[in-house]
Amino acid sequence: MENLFGFISPGILSQILVGLSRTVILFIVSSGLSLILGVLRIPNVAHGSLYMIGAFMAYSVSHLFGGGTAGFWIALILAPLGVAALSFLAERSLFQFLYEREHLMLLLLTFALSLVFGDLVKLVWGAEYRSVPVPFIFQGYINLFGGLPFPIYSFFLLIMGPVIAILLWLLTNKTKIGKISRAAAVDREMVGAVGINVSWVFGIVFIIGCSLAGLGGVLVAPTVSVTLGMDHTLIMEAFLIVIMGGLGNVWGALLGALIFGLTQSLGILIWPQFGIVFPYLAVVVVLIFRPTGILRSTW
Amino acid sequence: MLDVNGIDTYYGLSHILFDVSLNVKAGEVVGLLGRNGAGKSTTMKSIMGVVPPRRGTVSLNGKDITGQKPFISFRQGIGYVPDDRRVFADLCVDDNLEIVYRRSKDWTKDRVYGIFPALKEIRSRRAGHLSGGEQQMLTIARALMGSPELLLLDEPTEGLAPLIVRDLEQQILKLKDAGISILLSEQNVRSALKMITRAYVIDNGRIRFEGTVGELEANEDVKKKYLMI
Repeated sequence: MENLFGFISPGILSQILVGLSRTVILFIVSSGLSLILGVLRIPNVAHGSLYMIGAFMAYSVSHLFGGGTAGFWIALILAPLGVAALSFLAERSLFQFLYEREHLMLLLLTFALSLVFGDLVKLVWGAEYRSVPVPFIFQGYINLFGGLPFPIYSFFLLIMGPVIAILLWLLTNKTKIGKISRAAAVDREMVGAVGINVSWVFGIVFIIGCSLAGLGGVLVAPTVSVTLGMDHTLIMEAFLIVIMGGLGNVWGALLGALIFGLTQSLGILIWPQFGIVFPYLAVVVVLIFRPTGILRSTW
Repeated sequence: MLDVNGIDTYYGLSHILFDVSLNVKAGEVVGLLGRNGAGKSTTMKSIMGVVPPRRGTVSLNGKDITGQKPFISFRQGIGYVPDDRRVFADLCVDDNLEIVYRRSKDWTKDRVYGIFPALKEIRSRRAGHLSGGEQQMLTIARALMGSPELLLLDEPTEGLAPLIVRDLEQQILKLKDAGISILLSEQNVRSALKMITRAYVIDNGRIRFEGTVGELEANEDVKKKYLMI
């Protein structure tokens, strides 16, 4: 069992799996960001805040239902819906009037929103650290490849990633709203000229994208301490991933998240003190060779 | 059916249309002829609401539709085929037709493919990979999916090979036979004359002539001055 995969040692393999489960969170959050960038052309800096709010909502909901396994499942449904409701409010009251504005304006608006959301979290949940328990059925570890422990919850994440990817593929390729949003990403004026109320399409896409941030927040909650400021690193990483993958391309977000997550986890293995640098180096290398991202950007 | 009454349209500060008036009656194919940059496309966009006019009115079947959003105009029966085609390049031919808002079941995909059989053969191809002629057919087919009463055709023959232009002329005449009123803008006057019964000549954003095809053909002055034929 020792060297099951030739020169790949069990240590590297389990590190890859850890990296992949981190990738899932990054992918879910950045695919939402990319969807909104591609279709609505909004660089949504507040996306990270929605992720944070998702995590806090997961905390509240799971505690409301006793903190057990049931609480987690209910949070997995309710928290993204809560984030969806919040984003619906923001979209109908603010964004829908500003789609034609230049990107800098939208960037400023979403930045302002991220500050507002941050304070909102402070008001509602306070500044303390919160934790969401790992649901009972996902507690514990299993031994992988000759005795390396691997958290069961990470396996759950490894399953969620492809599930979300497939759902997103079905949404963009098989549903009418998905097809309309792909058309609107390229030519929104013409979509209006064939009788489609683009404003509502944008609203729906915005809400879907934001709920993905919320979902990422729920999924990450049992693995980290839920706290103010957890949005900061994530939004930066998500933007890098989206830029690396190709702006507005959901599959680019998948590739970008894979590169980012894997270089992060393998970097720690290669050079622990500087592990955090590797994903950023990867971004630099990718952008030197593919300045507009790996996959086709919709911009 | 369509009444455009004294519209003035601007792009930002530049004044493009001056007091443009025209009308299209039910079942008619009316030409809007003029040189490049004369204001044909802007007139189309003003009617559709893509670029709302600042003065004047546009009405459809007696109902004021001035400056309303394009998606509402489409839902009230105006199909718009822009001169730069603008197919949804990312989607296949079928999907280009499917996402259109259907105001009635009058026109189905099968009926549209009946007019453009060539499209049916490439129905699963990405629209961005089509030839110019195929894209032009697709934009007309797309507008038809909304079962329009009025079609705004902006230079449909622009940049197409003569053989394809001839096919397209036949197809447009079929639409006329199906009872759709058409406002057809063209630089290619010879091609337009085969399809239209009445014409407006536009130059520098002003209507310079209106009359039947016979009157236009007899008017050497207008032809030489504004149409260069």
